[in-house]
Amino acid sequence: MSFEDLSKTQLDVLREIGNIGAGNAATSMAQLINRQVNMNVPSVNVVTFDQMMDILGGPDATVVALFFRFHGDAPGTVYFILTIEKAQLLIKKMTSNDSIDLFDENGDVHAFALSTLKEAGNIMTGSYLSALADFLQLDLQSSIPHISIDMAAAVLTPALVEVSQVSDYAIVINTEINEMKLDTGIHGHFFLIPDVDSFSKIFNKLGIEGNE
Amino acid sequence: MNKLSTLIRVGISDLNTVSSPQMIRTSGLGSCVGVVIYDLNMKVGGMSHIMLPDSLATQQQHINEYKYADTALPILVNKIIRIGGRRAMLEAKIAGGAQMFNMSSNLDIMRIGPRNVEAVQTTLKQLNIPIISSDVGGNFGRTIDFDPETGKLMIKSVNQPDKTI
Repeated sequence: MSFEDLSKTQLDVLREIGNIGAGNAATSMAQLINRQVNMNVPSVNVVTFDQMMDILGGPDATVVALFFRFHGDAPGTVYFILTIEKAQLLIKKMTSNDSIDLFDENGDVHAFALSTLKEAGNIMTGSYLSALADFLQLDLQSSIPHISIDMAAAVLTPALVEVSQVSDYAIVINTEINEMKLDTGIHGHFFLIPDVDSFSKIFNKLGIEGNE
Repeated sequence: MNKLSTLIRVGISDLNTVSSPQMIRTSGLGSCVGVVIYDLNMKVGGMSHIMLPDSLATQQQHINEYKYADTALPILVNKIIRIGGRRAMLEAKIAGGAQMFNMSSNLDIMRIGPRNVEAVQTTLKQLNIPIISSDVGGNFGRTIDFDPETGKLMIKSVNQPDKTI
């Protein structure tokens, strides 16, 4: 399958998938922090690997990345990605504790903060994936959360290894969720990167011709 | 760093050559491996950002030769020779090959970092290019800068001190 010539209908379907997943995740986040959470219209990008890093501010931009592999009928990878600043904010709001920081005084990652983030990721990604699975009537099971605070390119390549064996492009279904107050609120990205073989399964399930 | 020098950037699955006073950089190496090959006396070299170990395992019809250790490194060597590097004098330094997420999964793709390192070592050996130093493994990303003037490879990471090999 060639990613460069997806039809408009296929792109629309992928956008809708991002919509459904992130809509549910936004609801979960709203419950977690007890505030209103919005999402923007998802973008579906067929990008080179370099362009993918640019979405997050370049290959060596430091990000907090929660990484989930999902297995089942249409395997793939989901990331929930935050800046360090927004990750700290999420931790503070979830724990209702303003003094807690992602890093302790030695610059090491705070274990409690880390597990708070993992739990947030678990809940939001869980609702993202279960919405997808319901919509597509597919069986999808998520791995436990893995977290890394590191350079964008370094944390995103695990999702690309699979894809890169068949393509030089990746399809990124990118949805941002925002707390209502845009500038000061929490803001994060969901990146859904299905494995290459999963696309035809998704399209078939929805009655759309795959373009082999 | 020389203020007047220009910086050449190497993307993912990419390679390029460099000659002094230019510098060359690739950013955000995770499981990928950054390889520099250089002729120190001629002050020329090149850098490759290797993503996968083996082009024979690909399912692509038209492969991107810069993506794989076994195809990218011979191309890089030829390009370095074309800008004045002497085949017998070439040396290499390597960095990267991390395992970013500690997965217990048996998935082969999760061991891609170590496999990339092994493939680079094997290919350099076949090319008879000695590896002078390396900084590989771990679970963190690296950005590397190479200066063909000094042969030094500078390594930056998020939570580790800067390092020069």
